[in-house]
Amino acid sequence: MMYRYDQFDHQITAQRVAQFRDQVRRRLSGELTEDEFRILRLQNGLYMQIHAYMMRVAVPYGLLSAPQVRMLAHISRKYDRDYGHFTTRQNIQFNWLKLEDAPDVLADLASVEMHANQTSGNCIRNITCDEFAGVARDEIVDPRPYAELLRQWSTFHPEFGYLPRKFKFAMTGATHDRAAIAVNDIGLQAVRNEQGEVGFRVLVGGGLGRTPVIGTEIAAFVPWQHIITYAESIVRVYNEHGRRDNMYKSRIKILVNAIGIAEFRRQVEEDWKFTKDGPCTVTRAELDRIAACFTSPAYESLADLDVAASQPGNQAFANWLHRNVKPHKVAGYAAVVLSLKKTGMAPGDATARQMDAAAELADRYSFGELRVTHMQNLVLADVKQSELFALWQQASELDMATPNIGLLTDIICCPGGDFCTLANARSIPLAKAIAKCFDDIDFLHDIGDLDLNISGCVNACAHHHVGHIGILGVEKSGEEWYQVTIGGDQGNHSAIGKVIGRSFSFGQVPEVLARLLQVYVRERFDDERFIDTLRRIGADPFKEYVYATPIEDCKGLAGPEYDLLKQGTPYDMPYYSPRF
Amino acid sequence: MIIKDKSIISDDWVVLRLAETDAPESVNVPAGRVIVPLAVWLAQRDALETRAELGAELGVWLQSDQRAEALQGDVERFAVIAVDFPRFGDGRGYSIAYHLRNRLHYRGELRAIGDVLRDQMFYMQRVGFNAFAPRAGKDIHEALKSLDDFSEVYQASSDEAQPLFRRVER
Ligand code: SF4
Repeated sequence: MMYRYDQFDHQITAQRVAQFRDQVRRRLSGELTEDEFRILRLQNGLYMQIHAYMMRVAVPYGLLSAPQVRMLAHISRKYDRDYGHFTTRQNIQFNWLKLEDAPDVLADLASVEMHANQTSGNCIRNITCDEFAGVARDEIVDPRPYAELLRQWSTFHPEFGYLPRKFKFAMTGATHDRAAIAVNDIGLQAVRNEQGEVGFRVLVGGGLGRTPVIGTEIAAFVPWQHIITYAESIVRVYNEHGRRDNMYKSRIKILVNAIGIAEFRRQVEEDWKFTKDGPCTVTRAELDRIAACFTSPAYESLADLDVAASQPGNQAFANWLHRNVKPHKVAGYAAVVLSLKKTGMAPGDATARQMDAAAELADRYSFGELRVTHMQNLVLADVKQSELFALWQQASELDMATPNIGLLTDIICCPGGDFCTLANARSIPLAKAIAKCFDDIDFLHDIGDLDLNISGCVNACAHHHVGHIGILGVEKSGEEWYQVTIGGDQGNHSAIGKVIGRSFSFGQVPEVLARLLQVYVRERFDDERFIDTLRRIGADPFKEYVYATPIEDCKGLAGPEYDLLKQGTPYDMPYYSPRF
Repeated sequence: MIIKDKSIISDDWVVLRLAETDAPESVNVPAGRVIVPLAVWLAQRDALETRAELGAELGVWLQSDQRAEALQGDVERFAVIAVDFPRFGDGRGYSIAYHLRNRLHYRGELRAIGDVLRDQMFYMQRVGFNAFAPRAGKDIHEALKSLDDFSEVYQASSDEAQPLFRRVER
């Protein structure tokens, strides 16, 4: 189950809404200039994009209840255009809001214990977590109570509202890292020491963007009681010493690189001496209070089933079981990924109807809860294996059962040139074009696990550096082009991909992917994944083959949605991308 | 007028800012209540201490790129310590204030100067500022209201030694 607000959470959230309502009023009356207001609205999740205001709503560590999802659907209908976009930080964005409505949206969110606090701005952002927290078989510690502790600590932290740059935490408690902790400003891995006590391995200074860096270990084991004071010391040292003269050099990774991890650690420990064991040390009572919200639902005692065997000959169902259904720690249950990556849809988008329906499915099959994944899909975490077939049938009708989780068409994609003013190129139309060109489920299953990430500019909102294949929008002579990297990876073997060579036009990208896959198919051993073949034989055979002969534009990409984006489209208002 | 301890009061402190051509060791510190830059305090310490012995009150201000530790051992000499916000988005002043209050145990007036706007004042108050000189042209009565934006907070800081979970029954 999930965290429930007490009177204090409600009160703080309500006062925040009132504060922002007054700030919006002052902006509309002209009392606040845009320059003064921008920081305030960003800290309330509100961006100004190409067409309209966009609000990024926090989904703390990716967990949602059915009533919350219904509220998101309601908000999309009432204030937006009947859909929302789930992001790589497990949040949801509404793209078409009016400034005047923003306080009401926040009030509606508060009514279901939600908010948009600190989803943007130079502050501590929403903490992301393993999407299978609490149900994963490889979990050592359920990270969610600790993530909630840190959420409350970081919410309106008075010292850290105006950091040099944004600051991101990610947390996992499993052996397999599904939360990308190595590419966050602080990555926390909950572990147990020899005495069985819980603590955190702490990574610092990871991140993507212009200067991709894999995080470095700053502490091997910080006992859970000290996680707040320790994190506070890291952020304090960063606040004092992080660069503020150059936006591109202002993340903590640059500071850690500049002074070295040993010196950075020394400064953190120096600061920590003053607060360690002080009043901010977490009490057992507080941890227990929060952890009590995350107790397991009332599982029945069931046996594991051979679900595929119950539907012999049903290949479509078998494909879905194979790709979208994940193991569960409790016998007789499974975790199900609802795909938001159907061909023709923008990756991560869900319509109001789908959201309502997903809430319905959650109520019927999964104790009324959903999760958002960093791959921009939804999860029903606690489904009885005996009900998988019924769930699959219903999800199929809702276009949420595409059996492509982890496959080429499970594309991670940023909003790109269609929405984001920083974009060099469009992302969503390219993702749609790729999905269309490779819309053959047997082929996709044969290719197997493959992470494809598309970012519309170097800010890397879609984490293209850590895609097995990454695509980056670049601008050349005022036109959109795409650079391709290969060899990136997320999780336990995090790696930054390398550029294969000169960039490609929109229409060429599908053919480039096809050639990369041809090399893979030619070279792979039996069950080897794309990334493993690439690691074994190196990037050269791929590069050579891609550039060996002229690359044709993909056929069948006619129509306005595929036309070249001309740069220099005049944006007549100030704007900020989701990245900021 | 400034805000101090949640009241609007008149104020006769003058903030001395060095011009390009001024040197900290030679700049003339006018008579009266003057908040001098840290560099001037360090360069003219003897003269300023003599003034203090004759009954004058001292004030000093820190730039956002200076450290509270520069005043280690000296904080009790000052009637006012001010921290400058060159731009309201520069958040170093929050940590400087935190250090002054919690590590150097400064108890006197701590004043936010420079680009001080009402929408940042709640956080400023929490980290230890008790006086605010809002940017010229802003309504100080309006600004005062923001100090009551929240009646409860989660974390400890200079204003609350205990985090919420130790202060209340949750
Ligand atoms: S800033 Fe982010 S969302 Fe915008 S184009 Fe760049 S990567 Fe995409």
